[in-house]
Amino acid sequence: MRKMLTIISNVLRGSASRNGARVVVSARTYADFTPQATFDIKKCDLHKLDEGPPLQAVLSREEGLQYYRTMQTMRRMELKADQLYKQKIIRGFCHLYDGQEACAVGIEAGINLSDHLITAYRAHGYTLTRGGTVREIMAELTGRRGGIAKGKGGSMHMYTKHFYGGNGIVGAQVPLGAGVALACKYLGKNELCVCLYGDGAANQGQIFETYNMASLWKLPCIFICENNKYGMGTSVERAAASTDYYKRGDFIPGLRVDGMDVLCVREATKLAAEHCRSGKGPILMELQTYRYHGHSMSDPGVSYRTRDEIQEVRSKSDPISMLKDRMLSNNMASVEELKEIDVEVRKEIEDAAQFATTDPEPPLDDLCNHIFYNDPPMEVRGTNPWTKLKSVS
Amino acid sequence: ALTAMAATRLFLSASPVKSSLTGLTGGTRSSLGLTLLKRSPDRTAEPKAQRRHAAHFTYHPDPAPAQYGPTQKMNLFQAVTSALDNTLAGDPTAVIFGEDVAFGGVFRCTVGLRDKYGKDRVFNTPLCEQGIVGFGIGAAVAGATAIAEIQFADYIYPAFDQIVNEAAKYRYRSGNLFDCGKLTIRSPWGCVGHGSIYHSQSPEAFFAHCPGIKIVVPRGPVQAKGLLLSCIADQNPCIFFEPKILYRAAVEQVPTEAYQIPLSQAEVLQEGSDLTLVAWGTQVHVLREVAAMAQEKLGVSCELIDLQTILPWDTETVCKSVVKTGRLLVSHEAPVTGGFAAEISSTVQEECFLNLEAPISRVCGYDTPFPHIFEPFYIPDKWKCFEAVKRMINY
Repeated sequence: MRKMLTIISNVLRGSASRNGARVVVSARTYADFTPQATFDIKKCDLHKLDEGPPLQAVLSREEGLQYYRTMQTMRRMELKADQLYKQKIIRGFCHLYDGQEACAVGIEAGINLSDHLITAYRAHGYTLTRGGTVREIMAELTGRRGGIAKGKGGSMHMYTKHFYGGNGIVGAQVPLGAGVALACKYLGKNELCVCLYGDGAANQGQIFETYNMASLWKLPCIFICENNKYGMGTSVERAAASTDYYKRGDFIPGLRVDGMDVLCVREATKLAAEHCRSGKGPILMELQTYRYHGHSMSDPGVSYRTRDEIQEVRSKSDPISMLKDRMLSNNMASVEELKEIDVEVRKEIEDAAQFATTDPEPPLDDLCNHIFYNDPPMEVRGTNPWTKLKSVS
Repeated sequence: ALTAMAATRLFLSASPVKSSLTGLTGGTRSSLGLTLLKRSPDRTAEPKAQRRHAAHFTYHPDPAPAQYGPTQKMNLFQAVTSALDNTLAGDPTAVIFGEDVAFGGVFRCTVGLRDKYGKDRVFNTPLCEQGIVGFGIGAAVAGATAIAEIQFADYIYPAFDQIVNEAAKYRYRSGNLFDCGKLTIRSPWGCVGHGSIYHSQSPEAFFAHCPGIKIVVPRGPVQAKGLLLSCIADQNPCIFFEPKILYRAAVEQVPTEAYQIPLSQAEVLQEGSDLTLVAWGTQVHVLREVAAMAQEKLGVSCELIDLQTILPWDTETVCKSVVKTGRLLVSHEAPVTGGFAAEISSTVQEECFLNLEAPISRVCGYDTPFPHIFEPFYIPDKWKCFEAVKRMINY
């Protein structure tokens, strides 16, 4: 078997160099690759914790390829959304996640799909990791009926099973997350809730109310602050009296994690999940990450930071490049294989964009549907005193 | 056939408003030619999108006021900046704060003020609406003229408790010993074409239910500056809602000196004898077109009133007008149930019951959250208002 594969691959390799066509087949056999490797990861700063996550992470080839694919899908999806927004096919508000892919992928790697997650408006990445498809996400961005929220939510309001959005009001999702965690504890299914917010939201009052409640009742809640250094246009130094967001939980143990390294995030999330599931109560994680785009599509992103800064982060700490380098230098994958994944991802995104552009908009009846739960359908007034629409739910 | 200017306006959807002025609307970015080139392929390919992206009103600028001194061409956000500039210059205790006001604000309402007056007078707050308003109340009580900005009216709800329970009741509960009259809260308000649920709300009705505060909504730059200066000078806590769709679209000749437009006085923009139209903010411009359509197609002469101050509102002007015409139509973007039109309708039927020729019509938004994809269908545009006018005339 191995010999046959080697012969075939030699032939194909030969033909590739002969006619210069791009042969989309790995020139090496699977046996050539390292099945897994151990990597050193950065130490996490700790707050009221005795032990941090391990300083080494094991990455298997399958996991690596899967993370690479997901992160690449996320990156291309966000760039496609950027393109569609500029063409005015996507309207409204669009907050892009590129640069922060390691956070979403790392967190998902540390928890199960049966756990719960809630985040703020920069939600496209999480919708993908939590089970949404690119087609549904893009259709939701363009507001079509094939969208994940039937076209009624838009960019900021995407939901899947065990993913509670997608929330527009800053900070409002954190008490919700604590509530979900309470339900997890109450229903006794050993699930937890990951509750994300940003460095801007960290200054909202309701966050601190939530810390108190979660700690008092020992809720299985992982609070994660995605610190991308800027709350819209305000840098963290100008907004927060203490930029040690992992310490802001005070009585809640915390750790600060390098959010650009998917393995670092994964190990930290595993530690946090273990902490919650063992009944010790909430835990706080600060992920230090960076977004390449501005706050939203109406923000160029360069009036409060320099292009050099963005370029520097892109060249030194890009999460996808980091993973790619790791895998290639340890012979866990080949360049062609990764290129193949890139091509597939590109195609997937193109298909999704095509679907998102051509799918019809939701029917006009949907305007009034799903306001209340009502059976029989109720009447909704508006606009004119003599026309009423029907609302069903 | 489209004139070049009209074609330009159609193509330039940067700010989706057809301005009746010559000159470019909202031309923030590229030059005209470049924009035309960029836009053409989309437009011919999707005519439906073109109709969707057109605004639901045309802005008609007011004539330049003569009594306030020299004027300068300004749009709404520049008028607001001018008002704040006058305030900071004349009142040494005035401070402006809010999210991102230091660099000029997300709608450029505070551009240049920090450089001119210093960072202790124009400063950013962290992301905490409740904190902003609470802080503002305290500053006002202690004697500073506090001008707080809430970045979008949709975000004002965390501060609702502070406004309703603290600001509105301060004078009352302290027996006039203390008051926070020096507090003014400014906030962008209303639909903008693509704002969707959390960037398009009009919450004036929530606050109208609260005695102790004043609520003001201007319809254009001249009114905005005058009303804002009145709010700041007024010795009661005021909320000033600025229609965000008009920030760039509304351009007028605005006096450069400080001037005030009195609060709680509605303005009759157009006299008429058959029907009274009442609105505030952006909707005034929609109703202006409705009045023109009614005159042209039905021969109906409409009286158009801009309410300007929502609380306390000018009952006298509106009722006098209804006594004259016998018919009233009130229109706003907020949902119809419990919207401010309900209050106007109720008061007018009490005062003018025997003068009414037809039931009072409220043409408002549907009782749904402000939709993203359905916005053109949701807003009370001129056709819905015109339909209401027709029905009232034929009652």
